[in-house]
Amino acid sequence: MTGYILKRLLSAVPVLLGITVIVFLIMAMIPGDPATAILGSYATPENVEKLNRDLGLDKPLVQQYFIWLGNMLQGDFGTSFALNRPVIDEVLERFNATLVLAGTAFVLCSLFGVAAGVISAANQYGWADKAITFVVLLGISIPSFFLGMMMILFFAVNLRLFPVSGMWPIYGARDLSALASHLALPAIALAVVATGVIARLARSAMLEVLRQDFIRTARAKGVPERGVIWRHALKAAMVSIIPILGIQAGFVLSGAVYIEIVFQWPGVGRMLVDAILKRDILLVQGGVVFVAACYVLFNIAVDVAQSLLDPRIKT
Amino acid sequence: MIPFLKLLARNRLALAGGIVLSVVIALALVTPLLPLADPDVTDTANRFKRPFSDGALLGTDHLGRDLLSRLLWGTRLSLAVGFAAAVIAATLGAAIGIIAGFYGGRTDNVIMRGVDMLMAFPYILLALAIVAALGPGLLNALIAVAAVNVPFFARNIRGITVGIAHKEFVDAARLAGLSNARIILTEVLPNVVPVIVIAMSTTIGWMILETAGLSFLGLGSQPPQADLGSMLGEARSALITNPHTSIVPGVMILIIVMSINLLGDGVRDALDPRLKSGALSRPMAATLVNRAKPAPQAEDKGLLEVQALETQFHVKDRIYRAVGGVSLHVEKGECLGIIGESGSGKSVTALSVMGLVASPPGVITGGAVRYDGDDLIGAPYRRLREMRGRNVAYIFQDPLATLHPLYRVGDQLIEAISAHRPVGKAEGRAKAIELLQAVRIPNPEKRITDYPHEMSGGMRQRVGIAMALANDPDIIIADEPTTALDVTVQAQILSLLDDLRRSRGLAIVFITHDFGVVAQLCDRVAVMYAGRIVEEGRTADILDTPRHPYTARLMACVPELGGGKRRLEAIPGLPPVVDRLPAGCAFADRCDKANEACRQGDIPLERDGAQAVRCLFPERPPREVAS
Amino acid sequence: MTSALSLDNLSKTLPVGRTLFGAAKASVKAVHPITLAVEPNETLGIVGESGCGKSTLARMLVGLLEPTTGTIEIEGAALDNADPAEFGKRIQYVFQDPISSLNPRKTIRQIMEAPLKRLHRMGRAERDMRIAEIFASVNLREEFLERYPHEFSGGQAQRIGIARALAANARILILDEPVSALDVSVQAQVLNLLADLKREFDLTYLFISHDLAVVEAVSDRIAVLYFGSVVELGPAEKVFAHPHHPYTKLLAESAPVVGRPLTAPEAKGTELPNPLDPPPGCAFAARCPYATDRCRSEVPKLAETTAKTSVACFHPLVGSLG
Repeated sequence: MTGYILKRLLSAVPVLLGITVIVFLIMAMIPGDPATAILGSYATPENVEKLNRDLGLDKPLVQQYFIWLGNMLQGDFGTSFALNRPVIDEVLERFNATLVLAGTAFVLCSLFGVAAGVISAANQYGWADKAITFVVLLGISIPSFFLGMMMILFFAVNLRLFPVSGMWPIYGARDLSALASHLALPAIALAVVATGVIARLARSAMLEVLRQDFIRTARAKGVPERGVIWRHALKAAMVSIIPILGIQAGFVLSGAVYIEIVFQWPGVGRMLVDAILKRDILLVQGGVVFVAACYVLFNIAVDVAQSLLDPRIKT
Repeated sequence: MIPFLKLLARNRLALAGGIVLSVVIALALVTPLLPLADPDVTDTANRFKRPFSDGALLGTDHLGRDLLSRLLWGTRLSLAVGFAAAVIAATLGAAIGIIAGFYGGRTDNVIMRGVDMLMAFPYILLALAIVAALGPGLLNALIAVAAVNVPFFARNIRGITVGIAHKEFVDAARLAGLSNARIILTEVLPNVVPVIVIAMSTTIGWMILETAGLSFLGLGSQPPQADLGSMLGEARSALITNPHTSIVPGVMILIIVMSINLLGDGVRDALDPRLKSGALSRPMAATLVNRAKPAPQAEDKGLLEVQALETQFHVKDRIYRAVGGVSLHVEKGECLGIIGESGSGKSVTALSVMGLVASPPGVITGGAVRYDGDDLIGAPYRRLREMRGRNVAYIFQDPLATLHPLYRVGDQLIEAISAHRPVGKAEGRAKAIELLQAVRIPNPEKRITDYPHEMSGGMRQRVGIAMALANDPDIIIADEPTTALDVTVQAQILSLLDDLRRSRGLAIVFITHDFGVVAQLCDRVAVMYAGRIVEEGRTADILDTPRHPYTARLMACVPELGGGKRRLEAIPGLPPVVDRLPAGCAFADRCDKANEACRQGDIPLERDGAQAVRCLFPERPPREVAS
Repeated sequence: MTSALSLDNLSKTLPVGRTLFGAAKASVKAVHPITLAVEPNETLGIVGESGCGKSTLARMLVGLLEPTTGTIEIEGAALDNADPAEFGKRIQYVFQDPISSLNPRKTIRQIMEAPLKRLHRMGRAERDMRIAEIFASVNLREEFLERYPHEFSGGQAQRIGIARALAANARILILDEPVSALDVSVQAQVLNLLADLKREFDLTYLFISHDLAVVEAVSDRIAVLYFGSVVELGPAEKVFAHPHHPYTKLLAESAPVVGRPLTAPEAKGTELPNPLDPPPGCAFAARCPYATDRCRSEVPKLAETTAKTSVACFHPLVGSLG
């Protein structure tokens, strides 16, 4: 097993490198003088010259890449001129907040999504199936930002059950219950869409599995129907569902960007959008690479979980 | 095309989605012709008017612009951009996927590594990065969204293409002299297009949401151009005071995407060939029973008694009479063979005994199955479940498919026992080892921790037999258990079954298409054709002097080892399809003795002691076959 | 007279598994070097169980797979480039599963026309005539031409597959389990058809199957394959009646035959050797009741024992059995 983990980590290295190359190339598409673009309104001639030296912006593209990569590997992601702060510090802090939000949403949508899919399949064409199908359809058709806005309107403003925005109260203790009440609406809004996708996939994976021969064998052995569904069918269906959970994590992270904006959550998504609007290039670069790298590692964890589940995968 | 549309229209939800979508698209198309206010003209004096105020049906936004007008123009834009992104992503992605999947090898490797790297990003990061580089703007957002979705199509299409590229008809095309390019265009592409359509149907809704999302963030359409997303984005600051400015565009997006998703689901279901056979639903725990007539009385014949069993498959508007009135019985300790070709109903008969026929579409419509006198058809599920695996056990054809791939062999064996009585860990393990020994698997202590895929075909089938023996059943029903095995392995399995039967006094119902197997293993045999038994009797008698023309001709057309090189006596024609059975004898069209009488009415099964034959003109009349 | 098909040292080694950078981790010898000749107008039967390499061999013979070593000569002409189009004019293939060997999205006419257009560059009128001719020979109605594969039964689809192979005007047909997927009563029809076609068009057949009785009923000579090598080659009527190789004997005694009592033939286990780690000597030694030390260390070569039979065994069974 350790061998398998090491192998997966090793195979992630080219992917990570590839990510840096892709980000670098995309950024290289920016028209005009890169230093001026990066510095924006701080583009004084001295600053421009300093930046050119630090980042090697006057050197050929390939060398620039390696300088940038070398810096990153040492933890230096550059400095955000708009915020006057090292990129890595800003990214880490904001990513923390995003993790709380996206992590909660991910757990919610995975649990509810799989459960909904299984119940839907076991109950095919029954009322539970129809109800779940309808809610799921709604969930995947509604833009998450719109849903967030409506939830604020309804729960926060009209019913006053939850705060309108932010991660922490402006005044008052920053404890777990405060976090929970601030987290509730955004996490649910973020989870809704992802739950829908997982529920559908879980449902079709279960239906597919329930038609397999080994299900008939289980029935022929006299296994009670409950055992057939939850022990035999679900375990086999998880083999198809777990990789989807990995992809869903990506969707949840992506959706987090919108939710962070709507709920003013101090996360990395909001940071990136602001950075783009302000043309804070280094922050965008650093943020994208960092989040993508975390996502790659997360997917490796998903692969390992998959191999623990499915003995046919050679470890 | 027409049957596809008909199938689609039958799905009411999809139809509703299609209608709504058409209305929206129609509106979007005629927008320039409608008498609307100019969507870009600001009128701050009239800002934030409520809906249904005069002059503005849906109210006005924060700059006094008419919302109805902006809604329709915004819809145009959102639809156009969403569809464009979908088409671009699908075309590029499919092209990449087809090339990677078809050529395989290094090309495939390199392309898929690239795709993997793009998919390593959560999609929005990539979209944001692209927009960051190109600058905000609707066209750039379109490019970003399309680019981000290309990998999804590429991976999907590549998967399908790999499967098709290995299909035999592609080899045949090569042998016919087609070049690679031609093969891709004329052999592969037509088979891939439905998958592309299905993939697009799932993603168009997404892409509209994604482009709207980028506009919402201010990275898509720039003022004064506005699509639904940017309308929502601009309205955000006035969410609490003037919610209608947010609700109007938001609800529109919801309507569009929902109707696309409904339509897309319908398209998917219509294109999925399995739906055509009505087999998409999951089977229920036991076969549905719907008997028109009451069950026949018990006749006390043997341990298992099947009386006039009728099982049908109801697929859409067709009824397949898979089993059309089958009666047989098995005594304790005897081996009954059921022989027939595909479509004869032999497997369905066997599965009906314990209600294992898949429902839908299977229904038991008549007869009774008596175990020890009690009718199993229509028995409560609890009773059925108790008997499954304990009194009556099954062995199926393909053990790789019939054993659970994710559980160890030992655990599956123990489960066969624990489904009927509690069993402790130590006892379970001991029993599992004992069972593997009984089926002659060497080294059983190690084997119980194996997974099915780690075993050979023959060994897996032994495990299947062991599972059937777990609770010392009285009857084992074996459905073609050796058909998928090599001939040397088959011999060993048959010998094992025979030994087990004699040592444990088991009754076996053995389903096969091979007379040689029947001859070696079975005491009695029943020959089935088109859902009915056409001949029944002691094996030796039937093999020596078959009475039904079908039996005789079937035996004659199978080559026997030692028969040398010769021409075979084929049976002309094909067996009938069981949803359109002819009147009279089902074999009449292929029989050289058939006349008018054979094609009328119901031919009864004539019994004469141990023999029975369903024929008006049997090969040798029953009475003449004396001692 | 030159052989219809001549194999010289033909073998195939397949790569297994991949390291991180695409190189093969291990290799499997799917087919060990085979040298044999098929005479014109004969039917050579090839018999073997799963893992014996018969499919790999068949694919090499039609150029769908490039051999690792050795050459193939068709009617005296060497064809050493794995180009199926070149092969296609002389040697054709009939596949096991008739339905999946026909493109579900093409009409039968389109499927039949492909070899005529590409291999022989026939014009429209010529093609129509040729298709009509072939369909008559295989007893198919012309109205089938406008239909799609899924509308046909297994037996009809297989006849279409045979018709397609004939359309290319090849004189040698490789038949890879052509009747295994068919019902027993339809098998006989197709086998009879194949015999008739062979006579009518002067064809040579290579008939691959796992069904001993079927192979015996159609072949002139039979080659028995085990673990990638030919272990016995002889006339059809003798091979199973008087087997010379212990494996052939095992096969013949395992097949269920009406009238023979049920006893598992004497063999120690039914496991094939591991293809990734093949034993040094004879591949059958582990299961052979007659194996000696020499068998376990040296690989026996195919050698003639009697006038027409060759065996790859150090202790062939001579003298009659059963």
